[in-house]
Amino acid sequence: MQIIKNDINIDFVGKRKLAFIVSGALILVGLISLVINGGPNYGIDFAGGTLVQVKFVDNTDAAKIKDSLASLDLGSMVVQRFGDDANEFLIRVQESTKEKDLSAMISGSLNTVYGDGKVDIRRVEMVGPQVGKDLREKGLLSIAYAMIGILIYISWRFELRYAIGAIIALLHDVLITIGAFSITGREIDLPIIAAFLAIIGYSLNDTIIVYDRIRENYGKHKKEGFSKIINSSINETLSRTILTSGTTLLVVAALFIFGGGVIHNFAFAMLVGILVGTYSSIFVASPILILWDDFRTGGQKKVAAEGGAK
Amino acid sequence: MSNSLKIRAGLVLACLVLALASLGPTLFGSSLPDWWRKAFDPIHLGLDLQGGMHLVLGVDADKAVDSRLDTIVDQTEDLLREKDVIFKRVDRSSGERIVITVYDEEAGVAADALMADNFPSLEAMTLPSEGGYIQKNYRMSNSEIEAVREYAVRQALETLRNRVDQFGVSEPTLQRQEGNRILIQLPGIKDPKRAIDLLGKTARLEFKMLMENASPQDAVAGKLPPGGQLLFERRVDARSGAVSEIPIVVEDKTVLTGDLLSNAQVRIDNRFNDPYVAIDFNAVGAKRFDQITAANVGKRMAIVLDDTVYSAPVIRERISGGSAQISGNFTEQEATDLAIVLRAGSLPAPVQILENRTVGPSLGQDSINQGILSVLIGGLLVVVAMLIYYKLSGLVANVVLVLNVIFILAMLTIFGATLTLPGIAGIVLTIGMAVDANVLIFERIREEIRLGRTPRAALEAGYDKAKLTIIDANVTTLIAALVLFQFGTGPVKGFAVTLTVGIISSLFTAVIVSRLIFDYFLSRGKVDRLSI
Repeated sequence: MQIIKNDINIDFVGKRKLAFIVSGALILVGLISLVINGGPNYGIDFAGGTLVQVKFVDNTDAAKIKDSLASLDLGSMVVQRFGDDANEFLIRVQESTKEKDLSAMISGSLNTVYGDGKVDIRRVEMVGPQVGKDLREKGLLSIAYAMIGILIYISWRFELRYAIGAIIALLHDVLITIGAFSITGREIDLPIIAAFLAIIGYSLNDTIIVYDRIRENYGKHKKEGFSKIINSSINETLSRTILTSGTTLLVVAALFIFGGGVIHNFAFAMLVGILVGTYSSIFVASPILILWDDFRTGGQKKVAAEGGAK
Repeated sequence: MSNSLKIRAGLVLACLVLALASLGPTLFGSSLPDWWRKAFDPIHLGLDLQGGMHLVLGVDADKAVDSRLDTIVDQTEDLLREKDVIFKRVDRSSGERIVITVYDEEAGVAADALMADNFPSLEAMTLPSEGGYIQKNYRMSNSEIEAVREYAVRQALETLRNRVDQFGVSEPTLQRQEGNRILIQLPGIKDPKRAIDLLGKTARLEFKMLMENASPQDAVAGKLPPGGQLLFERRVDARSGAVSEIPIVVEDKTVLTGDLLSNAQVRIDNRFNDPYVAIDFNAVGAKRFDQITAANVGKRMAIVLDDTVYSAPVIRERISGGSAQISGNFTEQEATDLAIVLRAGSLPAPVQILENRTVGPSLGQDSINQGILSVLIGGLLVVVAMLIYYKLSGLVANVVLVLNVIFILAMLTIFGATLTLPGIAGIVLTIGMAVDANVLIFERIREEIRLGRTPRAALEAGYDKAKLTIIDANVTTLIAALVLFQFGTGPVKGFAVTLTVGIISSLFTAVIVSRLIFDYFLSRGKVDRLSI
């Protein structure tokens, strides 16, 4: 079976202006959402705080849970339904007091209101503000390190311009994914950083396969002009790109649907990241090579013209 | 079969046998013979899958420096008295300094000599005198401060390890981390609240004499007599369980500390069936206790744990046996835990819980089930897609995929790595990406066939040309995975581990194993057409 015909020749490169507009718009929407929400919506890993995941035996709702915890005076508190189970909730408290064990207080209060044995404390996470700050720094650093490592590797295996194209495509993917998190109101925590790094790895994988073909074709048909070579390289690898993205999307979708609440945001990040990553390796990473080329030769022409004028 | 084919087949077969053998204990557990289970451990599950507690405690090392200075002040006073040096007072001053105020030059020289003899690590500095007194200053050097802090963290780690050992958790992890932090992982713990109580307690046991003539009411109002300290006694009403706090004024000076204990055990009071903790002092402690009780018959002595008075009994007679008891309306569990912390020793400085992640066993089991379900469904979808798209060659890719998952799990087992929920996500992701290598090869082969090559030549060229691409593409993902390791612990590291192992395994299976299968079929006879 074949999805893509052998002699397919879509003019991807010719549509690069449209692609840049689409990408720019997607990034912009995300940034606007970030500005409106006052920055990324950090989970307790990065913001600090206490989170308790509770499963109730009897039916209940967020308002009733809030009422039963009101006497504790916990400050700003968010109670939301979690996962597939109707009676499973996440209680998040911004404060992380060192003196008191908040989770014990919460479980104590809930047990009093709902009765012993009717409340199952499934998960407790408490992250102090200092640890949160450290993790935030570590998370940002790790993304930066990954990008630098990749820049070096691609510069070594290919050329600097490929490395720059790849890094721009990666930033593009991560920015759009962060934007998608902001728009859907999802929290960014530690596993999401792992997802970002996986997206970086995956998107790069895609990009490199196209680059590899560009490099191969560049050696063979040097006369054809750079943009034509890029376009035919994208077309030649299109079948593979779609099939691999397709299979990866299948498994990530399985994870998103069946993986359970704890992994839900992680799977969402992967889902968005793979879609955007596939798009960017076709429409962003390769056309950027042309921009770079135009910029360089344009610069040289200008220098030549100035030289001629003297 | 050619020799090269035989060697490769042997290699792959050996890997497969090793992998299956290593997974035996995980899959079949105790039904396997002993030697097998001894050779390979079952796969390690992270705390998020098996349930358990992950704690990061911060040691307040500054407090250790404080208490070291307090001790030096006490000892200096004693020494000065012993040597008959006349002094006004010994104080602590800001900047880790101790100040001895004396009346004349002669006493100053004596104090200097005494300090140099007993505390050589303190740096002497003389500041201008005021009001006819001479102030002798002694500063704790930076290296000494650092040493005290360092010792406090090391000692805290040791004490916490003792407590955890007595608590009875299988395979606990205790690690020192940067910035005076201690990481504790307690897998499969049933009562997280109790663990926090047990680990977070400083357990500084002190015996202090009551100030009989001071009024607790005045002290609460803020009028504390000099040398006195206001503490609260914790009383639990046996019937209602209500806790009340009664103010008590004690002498600031501690007469005896828990450092001199040799043992602590739970006993039950015969009359009221109340549990209490019986403590035994070591030889030094017993002698001190003997002296103190002899000198204070008829007076009250407070037993203070972490600044809370547990009881303040009247000393009826001299106690020379070196044993005492702490009672304070304990439940049996409280008494047991108190005995544990007293036996394990006190923490040299208070600890704070900086991070706590606790997963209950029910959630862990759910996560395992959901993880396995998504691996199965995701895997099945990929298998079907490959079969439809590449027919028989797709079947080869699927065989390779199954082998890949077996190899990943086997490597995790052999290297003793931990499988976490994000780790399972890593496996799911690898399944998607492992297919990629085969897709790259198959697409190349199709291209070569279209150029009119024979199946064998197309296969050869397809593998050769795709190989470098596959390696380049995977190395970059590997870089991202390796960066994740810097997170050190927890679920994220689990993801990095499976991703790394997955990449290595898919490179091996895609480039070597699938090639082997093709070569095997091609070697059995002339093949006109590849099913691809």
